[in-house]
Amino acid sequence: MTTSRKRFTAPQRLLHWLMAICILSMLFIGVGMVSTVTPRYLTLVQIHKPLGIAILVLALIRLTLRFIYKAPALPPDLPEPIKLAAELSQYAFYALMIGMPLIGWGMLSAASYPVVLFGGVHLPSILPVSPSLHTLLWRAHYYLAFAFFACILMHIAAILFHKLIRDDGVFEAMAPVFSRNQPK
Amino acid sequence: MVQSSASPKSFRLGPVVIIAVVVGVAAIAFAYTAGWLSPHRLTPKKVVAALAPPGGPALGHRRNHAKGICFTGTFEANGDGSALSKAPVFVRGQYPVVGRFNLGTADPNAADAMVRVRGIGIRITTPDGQEWRSAMIDAPIFPVSTPQGFYELLTASASKDPDAMKKFIAAHPEFITFLGWAKSAPWTGSYAEERYNSLDSFLFVDGSGAKHPIRWSLVPAAQPVSVPPDELTKRGPDFLEQEITQRVAASPQRWSVIVTVANPGDPTADPNKAWPADRRTVEVGTLTVQQIEPERDGPCLNINFDPTVLPSGITTSDDPFPAARSAAYSRSYNSRTAEASYYPGTTTGAKQ
Ligand code: HEM
Ligand code: HEM
Ligand code: HEM
Repeated sequence: MTTSRKRFTAPQRLLHWLMAICILSMLFIGVGMVSTVTPRYLTLVQIHKPLGIAILVLALIRLTLRFIYKAPALPPDLPEPIKLAAELSQYAFYALMIGMPLIGWGMLSAASYPVVLFGGVHLPSILPVSPSLHTLLWRAHYYLAFAFFACILMHIAAILFHKLIRDDGVFEAMAPVFSRNQPK
Repeated sequence: MVQSSASPKSFRLGPVVIIAVVVGVAAIAFAYTAGWLSPHRLTPKKVVAALAPPGGPALGHRRNHAKGICFTGTFEANGDGSALSKAPVFVRGQYPVVGRFNLGTADPNAADAMVRVRGIGIRITTPDGQEWRSAMIDAPIFPVSTPQGFYELLTASASKDPDAMKKFIAAHPEFITFLGWAKSAPWTGSYAEERYNSLDSFLFVDGSGAKHPIRWSLVPAAQPVSVPPDELTKRGPDFLEQEITQRVAASPQRWSVIVTVANPGDPTADPNKAWPADRRTVEVGTLTVQQIEPERDGPCLNINFDPTVLPSGITTSDDPFPAARSAAYSRSYNSRTAEASYYPGTTTGAKQ
């Protein structure tokens, strides 16, 4: 699943950074909304649902691009366990980017809420109304959200490690614009 | 190929500090947003915990208005609401309703005669899948003016400090108007004889986009018959549920759905303040309750009558309650559905 290109393609980079902003926002919106009773609660919920569904759509597009364009190889001198960790974290990210929105949608369906995106536009229910399904998905949405955030923190730490300590071109592979250490 | 310009072995402190700071700041910002660093923030968790009786909440039940009975029926729109709101639910026609008659108590086994506030939850669905949910009570005003005030009322009533209520009332004189209603309003012997009020203000948005601040009420077709409270205590603990079951079995019960339009300057942000009686009202249709069903396995059990589930054409206003209610109802719903296995055991007798 690698390509001889040194950088991810422009659409892949665009999606990565756009989605990074969206996903980090979603995590903050999520924990912020469930901890307030002010009118901000409704505003945040009204952003959380459509933005989450947008992430689902973007993640599916991104996965397709990944199959088409693949990813640049990691530096050959990277120790095997780190390579393995990098690979596993990518699986985890794709699973979470697609799984979290589906769980959110399913959780609302199982609780008999209409999944309103905006105005009169709403999504169909994808699960039967069921307290046990709702509880399962609600807990999954909660725990996976924290796992997601933890993975992102590790991802950021890892990328900074590549850039600041190894300066091995891994950051440049995804850098939004050309940078000093542009790999050839 | 780019070679590492610095081998990991030649350790430099600077980058490690940067990494630690970036990750640390992100984690702290997250914890702050989640409220973990602000113990004074009024969270849904705190509000819902404050509703619980001294022995803890009744597991598997709604955390407030815990005692109730389901119904199904219809909302028949007469078309007159369409001048105020573009919501499809006001287009002349008949739409299915799921609802719940309930008592304003956290105790699902309370005796019906002991509970002053009676309520109703309704969900109206239109063929396009949009929903209008509402939870209303028979009081003409809410006890307090703000969600924070409601939390203070709950903590004061649960407090062991003998002066707690006195202090609460000093800080929330608006509560006295509610007490006046609670002490003097006549009681009836039937859910079918109550008028139920949204109390909260919402905005109706018409076809041109103009917004109309409104409140709504269900006005019973049945003539209210006043019954002295000590007479009601002689009836069984579940007399309201038995009465409504028999009454609806004998004939469907009806309410007019009345929308009251605010004048400019009317208090829309405070459900403790009634609007003057001369405000324009529009009858938008009729609610008909056709069948009563026990809450257990009933169609209302797993529904949250969240007052912010609204069709396009109705939105929240500057009233802070619907947001607070939505946050708290969701928390209550999450807890009680997770405790579903406790539900039957705690209601033995009452609902068979
Ligand atoms: C908010 C959440 C983020 C998510 C979900 C995320 C996800 C991903 C994923 C799935 C990849 C694999 C490439 C792909 O298929 O697109 C990747 C690569 C990368 N990300 Fe992120 N990312 C996030 C934030 C960040 C941030 C903040 C940075 C910068 C510090 C960053 C820098 C990179 C770099 C440099 C790569 C390329 C690594 C490689 O060559 O494999 N990411 N990211
Ligand atoms: C990438 C996508 C998503 C992320 C990262 C995310 C993240 C979060 C987070 C962090 C929370 C707070 C959890 C807590 O502290 O209790 C939350 C709650 C919630 N999310 Fe999401 N979410 C996503 C997608 C969605 C979608 C698509 C929906 C629905 C359509 C949704 C519906 C909800 C709901 C209803 C809650 C409140 C749960 C509760 O009642 O406790 N989420 N989400
Ligand atoms: C901040 C203020 C309020 C709080 C914290 C609060 C809290 C709650 C909670 C936790 C429930 C149970 C929800 C569920 O599990 O489904 C509930 C139900 C209910 N509330 Fe409130 N409430 C508030 C204000 C109001 C107001 C202003 C009204 C009336 C106009 C009202 C009327 C009702 C009714 C009728 C129900 C029962 C609905 C049903 O049958 O499911 N509440 N409330």
